[in-house]
Amino acid sequence: MSPETLYQRITDYANRANPYPLYAELRENGVTRQADGSYLVGTYHEIAALLHDPRISSDSRNRADPSTVPMFRRNSQQAFIGLDDPEHDRLRRIAMRPFGPPHSPGRIDALRADITRISDGLIDEFRDKDRIDVVEDFAYPLPVTVICRLLGVPHEDMPQLRAWTNAVIAGVDVTPGKDEESRQRAGQDARAAMGEYMGDLSDKRRENPSDDMLSALVHDSGPDGRLTRAELMATGTLLLIAGHETTVNLITNGALTFLRFPDAYRLLRDKPELMPRAVEELLRYEPPVHLLPQRTPLADVEISDVTVPKGAPLILVLAAGNRDPLRFDDPDHFDPTREDNQHFGFGSGVHNCFGAPLARVEAQIALNALVPRLEDFQLSEDPPPYRRSPILRGPRHLPIERVG
Amino acid sequence: MTGKPWKGRIVIVGASLAGLRAAETLRDEGFTGPLTLVGEEPHLPYDRPPLSKQVLLGRTRATEIGLPRRRDVDARWKLGVRAGAIDPIEKKVILADGELLPFDRLLIATGTRARPWPDPVEARLDGVLTLRTSDDAAQLAERLDAGPRRVLVIGAGFTGSEIASACRERGLEVTVAERGPSPLVGALGGALGAFAAKLQRAHGVDLRCGVTVTSLKGRDGRLTGAEFSDGSRIEADVAVVALGAVRNTEWLAGSGLAAGPRGVACDAGCRAFNMYGIVTDDVFVAGDVARFPHPLFEYQMLALEHWGNAVAQAEVAAHNMVSTGPHRRPHLAVPAFWSSQFGLNIKSIGVPTFSDHVVIAQGSLRERRLVAVYGYRGRITAAVTVNRAKWLEHYQYLIETAAPFPPESGAADRPDSAASVPSDVPDPQLLSHGPTVALTGHLPDRRLTLVRHEPTPTAAHRR
Ligand SMILES: Cc1cc2nc3c(=O)[nH]c(=O)nc-3n(C[C@H](O)[C@H](O)[C@H](O)COP(=O)(O)OP(=O)(O)OC[C@H]3O[C@@H](n4cnc5c(N)ncnc54)[C@H](O)[C@@H]3O)c2cc1C
Ligand code: HEM
Repeated sequence: MSPETLYQRITDYANRANPYPLYAELRENGVTRQADGSYLVGTYHEIAALLHDPRISSDSRNRADPSTVPMFRRNSQQAFIGLDDPEHDRLRRIAMRPFGPPHSPGRIDALRADITRISDGLIDEFRDKDRIDVVEDFAYPLPVTVICRLLGVPHEDMPQLRAWTNAVIAGVDVTPGKDEESRQRAGQDARAAMGEYMGDLSDKRRENPSDDMLSALVHDSGPDGRLTRAELMATGTLLLIAGHETTVNLITNGALTFLRFPDAYRLLRDKPELMPRAVEELLRYEPPVHLLPQRTPLADVEISDVTVPKGAPLILVLAAGNRDPLRFDDPDHFDPTREDNQHFGFGSGVHNCFGAPLARVEAQIALNALVPRLEDFQLSEDPPPYRRSPILRGPRHLPIERVG
Repeated sequence: MTGKPWKGRIVIVGASLAGLRAAETLRDEGFTGPLTLVGEEPHLPYDRPPLSKQVLLGRTRATEIGLPRRRDVDARWKLGVRAGAIDPIEKKVILADGELLPFDRLLIATGTRARPWPDPVEARLDGVLTLRTSDDAAQLAERLDAGPRRVLVIGAGFTGSEIASACRERGLEVTVAERGPSPLVGALGGALGAFAAKLQRAHGVDLRCGVTVTSLKGRDGRLTGAEFSDGSRIEADVAVVALGAVRNTEWLAGSGLAAGPRGVACDAGCRAFNMYGIVTDDVFVAGDVARFPHPLFEYQMLALEHWGNAVAQAEVAAHNMVSTGPHRRPHLAVPAFWSSQFGLNIKSIGVPTFSDHVVIAQGSLRERRLVAVYGYRGRITAAVTVNRAKWLEHYQYLIETAAPFPPESGAADRPDSAASVPSDVPDPQLLSHGPTVALTGHLPDRRLTLVRHEPTPTAAHRR
């Protein structure tokens, strides 16, 4: 055993560009207790079992050691991603009413035309450029515009929201370090500010409803009633952040992966109808969410002969499970035609991604629009510079340039 | 497919869910030979679950529920024709229109039909209906559209309960008569049965349990009402007989196969047994008509009226029909079923009737959101969720691994460890509704008279 725990090495920024060998080591080791008392799981079947186990809490306030509870969890209304049933179930159901079937079956389809137009517009803007940053020029602006349109957030507020989002994400970053305390504090402040912003916006929509999801949330009332203002603030913030950060990574990872594997690229260029399956493979091969750091067992839970004690931090490394050879044939191979691809890109179980249908549509449209444009381009750097977070892992920039 | 593609002629009898999915799988497996599907109904394969749900609510028409095709099956369709018999020696299916269909491999997928009202005169009264086919559903939907003053549903199994739910959703008065102690008790046992009874009453159903309908009354050939075993009477313009299903096996009487009222017995590879318990190699079975041994349930022969089972078993049967020895697969899927009624989504995994105890492991009856877990001799054999379907996978895993019952406590939505109670699965004889899962014992089927195939294959076996 090296002096550093595996978890420290996984979260170490030096390994961000290629954490996969560490994930192989993790799978090899089985469920392992880290020096700090947390448990790390990276094998597919064990992750699946834990994600479906009703004794595994998403609410880290259930941790035995309060110092492992992130600051933002200690007070204020929690969003449903960090709550357990039945609260989680109730809030998620209310949020689902204006978003998807059975009550709003057309919401996502209605966004299709918008998504196509926005992505075509962005591509038009860099049509003649020889150097492009896929993140800044394409992968970031698209999902942000879409989530703002969905929720009804005014376009001009986007820069402010971006600053808050960055702070929130830095705040949940699990990389230990000197600035952890101040990062957490800044994250919490940003979250509070964003919550206030969403609260104010909902107040406005209550008075002047429009056809967006936030208006529907404040106006429609189903069997579970409406969200309180505090719940609205937390839910709105969750949707806003979860609704774009990850999609940025997915689109960027798509461009990166296609440029790395010319065979796959040519296949998708010639057969755009394969894109839905290719997106699933991206979600497996280069998932935007690498690990879920917030789970906690509510009882001693036995998993592959290890007992994870009640209250211990339990970290599920989804990206490692996605490459488990016991589940996927040739797991380190990117195969855009892969069948039987039940990856953990969107998690699994009751907390599985709320926005998955939208994320899929966005990524499929965006990548199909982008692929023909990549024809004469190559990566300027490989690997590209990565963002800090080991959780929401993805390139900070993806510079590409015209060949020759 | 593995190895050389199998060549020969395949006939599938029963052109519904199992028949269609088998045909598609055969083609997927690379089978290119002649394929014939025989179906008694004149329609192309359609989906039955909506018949008691969307169709009765008027959201979908009975003609709009064709099963989506997974692929082109390039088959000859003989629709509107009944298969009358099999000649097992000559390997031919004898159709009611006289045509003989020679086969090298045969798939029996004739499913079930609605159990009719026992009194044929009363059954013919205008307003007395059953619900199994799209034609039945179209008729019933039309009757409901006409705004009957009261609908009587006889039998409170899943189908009967769904019909009652649709009636209430349409604002129609409905009486449900059930001989057993509560609705759904035959499939889910006493605890959830009692829950279902409360639910129905809360939705305004006039639910009468522990009674039987002794006669249906009519005037001028039209239904006017019914009389119950407790002496009470009601007036009703429509009566839906939902007494469970009868397996379509009569046409196999002379086939020498282990076919009877409990279904056609087959092995885990979907190969039919003959009446001596010898497995055949050219006749396969899938779907509601099949009974097959399941290792998770002590190799009891299960007969399932489950959509998912029809699909999974058809796929295995088709694969095995064109594969040899070691390439054949067993049908081991854990039984699963769903129902929607009275605003609830009910899902079941495993075999709830294969149990002695049950515990509410998550949620509660009061919230109308729960997971009930069933155990048999200390291991988990089934789970039923009410508006909690996302947890099913966990329980499927516990069933598959024969995890100890009761399940370990500590679920977030069930902090206090709940006590398990007897699951109270009644003897199916005591119910109006048939169970949709039947445990049919360990033997292929009762062995009856010895049938000799020489010189002529005409001798029928009796039971
Ligand atoms: C109203 C209703 C609601 C349901 N809801 C649900 C639900 O919510 N969930 C669920 O899991 N399951 C449900 N089911 C059960 C599900 O529909 C069945 O499990 C499924 O249809 C079985 O398919 P099958 O192909 O085996 O048999 P069937 O669908 O019964 O098909 C058999 C076919 O064979 C034909 N046939 C019979 N005899 C002959 C013959 N001698 N010659 C030629 N053709 C013949 C029949 O006409 C029929 O078309 C429901 C069923 C009904 C009727
Ligand atoms: C490629 C894009 C996306 C990826 C990879 C992704 C991934 C995930 C994952 C892995 C989870 C599980 C978290 C857990 O179990 O703790 C999750 C949950 C969630 N996601 Fe996404 N997501 C994406 C896009 C979206 C979008 C577009 C939205 C909103 C419109 C969204 C909203 C949510 C919400 C609200 C949850 C919490 C669900 C719950 O706790 O019940 N996501 N997502």
